[in-house]
Amino acid sequence: MRRILVGIKRVVDFNVRIRLKPDGSGIVTDGVKMSINPFDEIALEEALRIKEKGGADEVIVVCIGPGDAQQQLRSALAMGADRAVLVELSAGSPAPEPLAAARVLLKFVEQEQPRLVILGKQAIDDDNGQTGQMLAALWERPQATFASKLELSEQHATVTREVDAGLETLQVDLPAVVTTDLRLNEPRYVKLPDIMKAKKKPLDVVPLASLGVPLEPQLSVLRHEPPPQRQKGTLLKDPAELVAALRAKGLLA
Amino acid sequence: MSKILIIAEHDGTTLNPSTARCVSCAASLPGAEITVAVLAADAAAVAAQAAGLAGVSRVLAVDNPANAHPLAAVLAPQVVALAGPYSHLFAPSTTFGKDLMPRVAALLGAPQVSDIMAVESASRFRRPIYAGNALITVEVAAPKITGTVRTASYPAAAGGGSAPVEQVALNVALPTHTRFVSVSTQASDRPDLQTARRVVSGGRALGSAEGFKLVYGLADRLGAAVGASRAAVDAGFVGSEYQVGQTGKIIAPELYIALGISGAIQHLTGIKDARTIVAINKDPEAPIFEVADYGIVGDLFQIVPELERLL
Repeated sequence: MRRILVGIKRVVDFNVRIRLKPDGSGIVTDGVKMSINPFDEIALEEALRIKEKGGADEVIVVCIGPGDAQQQLRSALAMGADRAVLVELSAGSPAPEPLAAARVLLKFVEQEQPRLVILGKQAIDDDNGQTGQMLAALWERPQATFASKLELSEQHATVTREVDAGLETLQVDLPAVVTTDLRLNEPRYVKLPDIMKAKKKPLDVVPLASLGVPLEPQLSVLRHEPPPQRQKGTLLKDPAELVAALRAKGLLA
Repeated sequence: MSKILIIAEHDGTTLNPSTARCVSCAASLPGAEITVAVLAADAAAVAAQAAGLAGVSRVLAVDNPANAHPLAAVLAPQVVALAGPYSHLFAPSTTFGKDLMPRVAALLGAPQVSDIMAVESASRFRRPIYAGNALITVEVAAPKITGTVRTASYPAAAGGGSAPVEQVALNVALPTHTRFVSVSTQASDRPDLQTARRVVSGGRALGSAEGFKLVYGLADRLGAAVGASRAAVDAGFVGSEYQVGQTGKIIAPELYIALGISGAIQHLTGIKDARTIVAINKDPEAPIFEVADYGIVGDLFQIVPELERLL
């Protein structure tokens, strides 16, 4: 069976303006809307489109998260994934670091033997941007990060990547890891009948501790703090005032 | 003492300025001893430029035809082969460094600190999370630390150095599963967006690729680089290499002029370190005015031509 494995992360919804806990110990998440990380939603959409075009037989979504992350996996199943696995964190334990997350995903890669793994290029909470590349390294397979276009043939993927210089195209042998950029696709909206159907799809829950992956933390967060705020400036009435202000600051000759 | 290996970013002939910013970050580590590795098809020219950066004590030149294009899967095992003596392995937090360093970290079993914006000690770093809406201080407990450096947080290291360049021959098996096909860039004589002193950016309000010419006109008048919001890139007014923000380029120009950009938090993340921000937008409630030093509320298509006449 030709499979695509998609990793998804449960994060604070991207429209939420985050708040810091007053003691600097973290971000307020109680009562805050949680969603699938937007880049991961793009990853899932791409996997579904490949399957719909006949490039895969099964799309599997894996999430490492708390029990509540079943909500995000149900959304993924409603979008069209065939089955889901929650690697469940025990209550109160922190999310694994990117290297540990990559090791967890490697377990599923070894088990499912996918022809392609698609992950978001970063999660919008920690903004680490590491897991996909780490998984590719541990798996000893190609990586194509920041993808804005993906074409599959039997043996290869041709991937257009958004790099600083412009658009770079790579050809990689399959299996491979691809991480998604924003312009790869626009994820579909979920329709009500799909939500009903998703309730019948398989969702396995596997305790993280049962996988035998080393989880000793190498990074510890000492404190959270707000970024320095920029002061609101002055509204000017016309370009002449602007030019005068910029000249006074020495920014224009 | 901190022994830092910096992986140079370059295009085969020219050292990317982000590397010099990475050197400044490395120099802020206690007891910093900085080595720069240049992996290229022919590293000589780039190695000579790296050797001229103040603070660099040694440059390693690794020649290999496989290094003609920066493929992470090809570069990573070579970096790992060089990594032995070093406590820190850094690269700029550009698409080059973001692609490469996590692969290096995983091969070493080392943790990575992404987007380092301040160094508190050899093992303690500050970095942004949530699109820069919070900062965390991270303590790393590992013998080797890999990191990407948020280049907007550091000035470029000065020139005038004269570090020795050593040719290094590596005996490492390199994968052939990843092949470079092409790169396309919109040719431009304008300054580089990531390092320009002045940047003029345009948003959705420009309306079309044709309308975006207003941005080019002002930029050329000011000798500025051109940037864009995600909305303008998504709408196809300009290529993705122009995007400024959380998932685009993070920049720190002296002067940033935002034309018709409303100022989503993801965009503001990319310009937080600009010295002076100017916003021109017809919507007085646009969030960009919350961070702009100077704002004008009004129609771009009237204001910008008038501004150009006054320059």
